[in-house]
Amino acid sequence: MLKTLGAYVKEYKRASIATPFFMILEVLMEMLIPYLLSALIDNGVEKGDMGYILMIGGCMVVIAAVGLFAGIMGGVYGAKASTGFAKNLRKGMFDNIQTYAFSNIDKFSTAGLVTRLTTDVTNVQNTYQMLLRMCMRAPVSLILAMVMSFIISPRIAGIYLIALVILSCILAVIISHATKYFNAAFPKYDELNASVQENVSAIRVVKAYVREDYENKKFKKASNNIYNIFVKAEKTVAYNNPVMQVTVYTCILVISWVGAKMIVGSGGALLTTGKLMSLLSYCMTILMNLMMVSMIFVMISMSVASAKRIAEVLEEKPDITNPENPCYEVKDGEIEFDHVNFGYNKGADKRVLNDINLTIRSGETIGIIGGTGSSKSSLVNLISRLYDVDEGSVKVGGKDVREYDIETLRDEVSVVLQKNVLFSGTILDNLRWGDKNATDEECMRACKLACADEFIEKFPDKYNTYIEQGGTNVSGGQKQRLCIARALLKKPKILILDDSTSAVDTATDAKIRHAFATEIAQTTKIIIAQRVSSVQGADRIIVMDNGRINGIGTHEELLASNDIYRDVYESQTGGSGDFDENGGEA
Amino acid sequence: MSGPMGGRPPRGAKPTVANPGKVFKRIIGFVAKNYLVHCIVVLVCIALTVFSTIQGTMFMKTLIDQYIMPLMQQTVPDYTDLLHAIIRVACFYAVGAIASYVNTRTMVYVTQGTMRNLRNELFVHMESLPIKYFDTHAHGDIMSIYTNDVDTLRQMISQSIPQLINSSITIIGVLASMIILNVPLTLLTHVLVGLMLVVTKKATGMSGKYFVKQQKNLGEVNGFIEEMMGGQKVVKVFCHEEENMERFDKINEELCDSAYNANKFANILGPINAQIGNISYVIIAIVGGALAVGGVGGFTLGGLASFLNFNKSLNMPINQVSMQFNSIIMGLAGGERIFKLLDETPEVDDGYVTLVNATKEGDTIKESEKRTGMWAWKHYHKDTGVTDYRELKGDVVFDDVDFGYNPDKIVLHNIKMFAEPGQKIAFVGSTGAGKTTITNLINRFYDIQDGKIRYDGININKIKKDDLRKSLGIVLQDTHLFTGTVMENIRYGKLDATDEEVYAAAKLANADSFITKLSDGYNTMLTGDGANLSQGQRQLLAIARAAIADPPVLILDEATSSIDTRTEKMVQDGMDKLMHGRTTFVIAHRLSTVKNSDCIMVLEQGRIIERGTHDDLIEQKGRYYQLYTGNSIAG
Repeated sequence: MLKTLGAYVKEYKRASIATPFFMILEVLMEMLIPYLLSALIDNGVEKGDMGYILMIGGCMVVIAAVGLFAGIMGGVYGAKASTGFAKNLRKGMFDNIQTYAFSNIDKFSTAGLVTRLTTDVTNVQNTYQMLLRMCMRAPVSLILAMVMSFIISPRIAGIYLIALVILSCILAVIISHATKYFNAAFPKYDELNASVQENVSAIRVVKAYVREDYENKKFKKASNNIYNIFVKAEKTVAYNNPVMQVTVYTCILVISWVGAKMIVGSGGALLTTGKLMSLLSYCMTILMNLMMVSMIFVMISMSVASAKRIAEVLEEKPDITNPENPCYEVKDGEIEFDHVNFGYNKGADKRVLNDINLTIRSGETIGIIGGTGSSKSSLVNLISRLYDVDEGSVKVGGKDVREYDIETLRDEVSVVLQKNVLFSGTILDNLRWGDKNATDEECMRACKLACADEFIEKFPDKYNTYIEQGGTNVSGGQKQRLCIARALLKKPKILILDDSTSAVDTATDAKIRHAFATEIAQTTKIIIAQRVSSVQGADRIIVMDNGRINGIGTHEELLASNDIYRDVYESQTGGSGDFDENGGEA
Repeated sequence: MSGPMGGRPPRGAKPTVANPGKVFKRIIGFVAKNYLVHCIVVLVCIALTVFSTIQGTMFMKTLIDQYIMPLMQQTVPDYTDLLHAIIRVACFYAVGAIASYVNTRTMVYVTQGTMRNLRNELFVHMESLPIKYFDTHAHGDIMSIYTNDVDTLRQMISQSIPQLINSSITIIGVLASMIILNVPLTLLTHVLVGLMLVVTKKATGMSGKYFVKQQKNLGEVNGFIEEMMGGQKVVKVFCHEEENMERFDKINEELCDSAYNANKFANILGPINAQIGNISYVIIAIVGGALAVGGVGGFTLGGLASFLNFNKSLNMPINQVSMQFNSIIMGLAGGERIFKLLDETPEVDDGYVTLVNATKEGDTIKESEKRTGMWAWKHYHKDTGVTDYRELKGDVVFDDVDFGYNPDKIVLHNIKMFAEPGQKIAFVGSTGAGKTTITNLINRFYDIQDGKIRYDGININKIKKDDLRKSLGIVLQDTHLFTGTVMENIRYGKLDATDEEVYAAAKLANADSFITKLSDGYNTMLTGDGANLSQGQRQLLAIARAAIADPPVLILDEATSSIDTRTEKMVQDGMDKLMHGRTTFVIAHRLSTVKNSDCIMVLEQGRIIERGTHDDLIEQKGRYYQLYTGNSIAG
């Protein structure tokens, strides 16, 4: 994991190395100051040597200046390294996600990917910056202060050493306890927020059933739980400060006593008042830095989870890659399924497609019908190689889909997905996803084919109407028609509509199919639908059931021979078909 | 300790607060409301801690001047005085340490308790808000109040404010002590502190500017990520990967740039102030040394030692105050948004007609304590002082109703209709015709602008909202389930339902067969709005949930839209049973659901343009006929 993440430091390696270097330099300068100060007091002030005072004072100013320089440089490089690292991580993840196959995307949820790219990266960035700036600085300054103390007085330094050991033991106990509580608390906290989220989106249900009091009680119980866990955790942490203070104070008192005796006993030979003061200031430095080190541990342990999640995204290998010598041309729109078996979970024996054999001629119109979960979408997703078959082969234009360059294949096989999205931008921007270089006229023609022109013309900004993120400002039916137009702009050899007109009223649906039949007759068209009327006129209709082809034939043939088809047909006609636009605003 | 993770950073939120003083006062007020005593304890403890620290620093002076120096003159040093002094100081320190412990520990209760109360208050208040609030506020923004804003406020209450108090008391105490020690040196220190403040202001100003920019860029990057991750499959289908990477690179670079600058200025503030502190230390040492050497004004070496220590203790709190500055502003901005939610007007309910259990003896209806299976409206007439009871039947009348989500934009015009108990009324029409809106008026999710809606002859404005809604069962277009077991989800319709009642309701909705196939049957946990179920299964659960409530009036808004036609045939059975004997309002796009209605209303642009039975409407050859026969146009 460290190796994976470390590789993304890249061009910020120099800054990453420079930061601790400058931080150490700063610490060195900082350490010298109390030392010089004791010299200043002992040799200058006590002896009344003004020249010496000025000389040492001058030295100290120079040291402060160097320290300032080092501090600033450390800060600048630290910022540069950490923000740059974060940038590279984001880019690395984003770019890798772009290579993911559908199966990889399915593995991570959308929300999961977003969290990894945002919150997790921010966590790692902050930890990295602190690590660079403090990880070397704190231990170095601790050790240096210790060394300096030893130089001044080994006996007193011994006292520090004892205090240091005792304090680190206590801190370790406190922190390990606290992190345990905190690690238990955070998921609970996320749960609480999830329940708020649930309530916000389901507020109509809550109100319709008059369950406000019930929900309030539930929430209060959960929030009380959180309160208890956090109080427990923070009560443990509350020992930190007093323990620290007791240690520092004890040290000061002991040193005062021992130091005073040493000074007086030796007549200033073993220890001087000036040195005593330096020692006291080193005491603070040592214990403060110990505190810092413990904080670093806490922060690291908290961001390990984030780092792991990021590494997962970076290490994920795409399930589908381009072949070595890809074919860049698709001959025609012929499709052949040859003994195809397919399941979403490799290895698991739960297959969603079983022994599919099927040949579709170029230019044919095929309808697919079947209940939810009968694997209609899975079948068509194999054609543009959104997933790879487990066994058998899928051929397009006479060649196995795995021999084509993926981009070439997907440009020729245009799919309108069931769960489709529009992106923020104008209608034209969205349409040009199909063809970057499409002229305005081409876009308009595609919209006309998809019957989208009628409502676009009614918008005040027409084709320049801005679509909000997720297409929230157009209705379901309008969205579907725009998605079809976008797919048409690819001028594909094969067009697949996966339940893409479910929210379009029946009359418009018929109009679109009519346009397809006359305007793009050469294109192979596959239409998945719930409505019999949508597939009725197709050259052949495939009835899917439970991952198998239950029947193939024309409308009349199937009515005569296929039970499922007849069932569906009867339940929809005779006054029980789809009535008008599906859905509507809540 | 860093705050709980998760939740997105505020989108391009510029930390500006319209009225910081007022918000601050309110926050303090909120904390003090429940924790006034705690707060006083904390204040006292902080003062004690600061006092003991100052005493300790002062001890340095006495240690050198009064003990070590005189002891060095003695031939046989007598350490008893020194021991006494040390014990005295040890007492001060002990007080300080205890105070510090009591302080942090009390603060834990204050902070966590306040957060809990705040969350509870937010939630309870949110539940009381009208639907309109949720329509007009993005759910992400509401969530951000619970996650980000509560968190910044926590930071402010638990860290910034105590730190500020601590620092101020320290600064005052230290200054006072410094003045006692030496006035000219104090003045000199002031000059240097002033310099520090100027630098701090400059650096925070610079970093603040970039922090705002960083926040904006972060919002852009997060927005882009969210959009593209959501549409990643579409990106793949359109081979749009390259373009996406390019676009992402650009905004990612911008974010890196502003983040770098923001962090840079925040980072260098520390070293600059530390070195100014060091230099001030040196200058004081030189000047003080000169004073002590010259013995000016009785200034001693011990005095200098203490003074230098004070000098250092002064730098620390000033640095801390400057570091807390940004988080206080952020906390105030969060507080402002929290109070804005708390200040939203809750749903008003001045209904006084209530729903009570009743028994019928002959022609008179009597109120009953027990659950009788019969319900009645209890109507108290203010003018006459008479209370009468009317049986709950499910008779609904719309009398010339006008409605608009915005009073100046009416979306429903002159709606007139009636539904007799047990009748089935269907609404058909295209998207946006106002079908769902009408049903939302019956349960008073929204209040009408003009006209009257009567329920069993009573104006629904007079009925207590809770009781009105209890008498209506509703299956919404968007199915929402709650985290919990299948059993709990069905029981949501009637909290005291027995297991048997739950099974019966599930069977009625034909949900029983798939539930028993789930891994844990009725005890299967549902998470994330029932993400592990198909859309159709979720709708079946929603129907079961409505069934168990057993209301006299049912509203089914596209309740079976996601169930495929073959399954629907099976559900239809249950639905028919469910609808039997109830007034039912149905919105559907499937003819099978609509056809056998007692009356079908065809809506267009907020008006009822046709009404009648299926046969009537076919006869009329109007819009309904058009829609109906549109079915047979085949391509």
